[in-house]
Amino acid sequence: MSQADLAMEGHAPGLVTGIPPFSVPAKKMAIWLFIIADAATFAGCLVAYGFLRNGTPHWPTPFHSIVNVAIMTFILLTSSLTMLFGVRAAKAGDKSAAFRWTLITAIGGIIFALLHIREWLGLIGEGMTMFHNPWGTSLFGASFFSITGLHLLHVTGGVIALLAVGIRYMGGRYKADDLEVTGLYWHFVDLVWMFVVPLVYLLNLSH
Amino acid sequence: MTDAPDIHRSEPAARYTESAGRYVVIYVCLLILAALQFVIAYSNVSTFGMFARMLLIAIAEAGLALLFFMHLWAEKRGFLLFVVIFTGFVLLAMQYGWTDSNRMDTGAPYSQPNAGVVSQ
Repeated sequence: MSQADLAMEGHAPGLVTGIPPFSVPAKKMAIWLFIIADAATFAGCLVAYGFLRNGTPHWPTPFHSIVNVAIMTFILLTSSLTMLFGVRAAKAGDKSAAFRWTLITAIGGIIFALLHIREWLGLIGEGMTMFHNPWGTSLFGASFFSITGLHLLHVTGGVIALLAVGIRYMGGRYKADDLEVTGLYWHFVDLVWMFVVPLVYLLNLSH
Repeated sequence: MTDAPDIHRSEPAARYTESAGRYVVIYVCLLILAALQFVIAYSNVSTFGMFARMLLIAIAEAGLALLFFMHLWAEKRGFLLFVVIFTGFVLLAMQYGWTDSNRMDTGAPYSQPNAGVVSQ
């Protein structure tokens, strides 16, 4: 028995054979662990928001129109689809198509961010800040800007990642797997928005 | 020294060979579900009823996105269970504070302003 065999004795089979846990490559496992942790972060924020909303009488309902948020939702969902096409093209070895779809996805993210900022500016123009708003409890502004700001930060990071990975993939430094990992992150950002919209926007519509 | 291999032999090879049509079908389903949330927002139901309906739809949307957009369905069942059980447990554990939130609103002792204050 060699010294290496002796050293490995007692370890799980995966460590000995080199097969990764659940047969998931290391990069993908890393992004999944990040997604699970980030899901807990967002869930913590949304639960805290729900806690405050439930426990605060006369919670403000300042939103008159859902047009902007509907457009933002449509753009983010569509960008998820274009990301899928990009990863699919990359797996098929079609570099230029993969780069093109990734670029379209990033543009979708940029449009989303711009619409988000426009909406923020509108609310700020109506007198809403982190610590004050004309409709009632100041907790509303704090929680609204915190949650949507955290999501906007993720979108911005995602756009930068998409551009960086897309360009390096086109240049041959990154592989299709790297694009896939970035895509998983982008889908997660989309997934979080599905919870932010009803809780933060739709339940605060003025009827 | 060489880099570690990027693709492992145990990784299923056919993971991204799903047709584009399937992606589009899931995308349309997600759009319909999202639209349904917007319709509910204008319906004449209580805030709690609205919240419950919207949350159920959001969970359905998240499930579709996780399984088909993020390809969790194509991964090994063990990995799917790991993600679902681990995340589910953390999310459920976070619901621990709702009773206290209700207490703040509905008025258990000392929850209301001036409750328990003895006038001099």
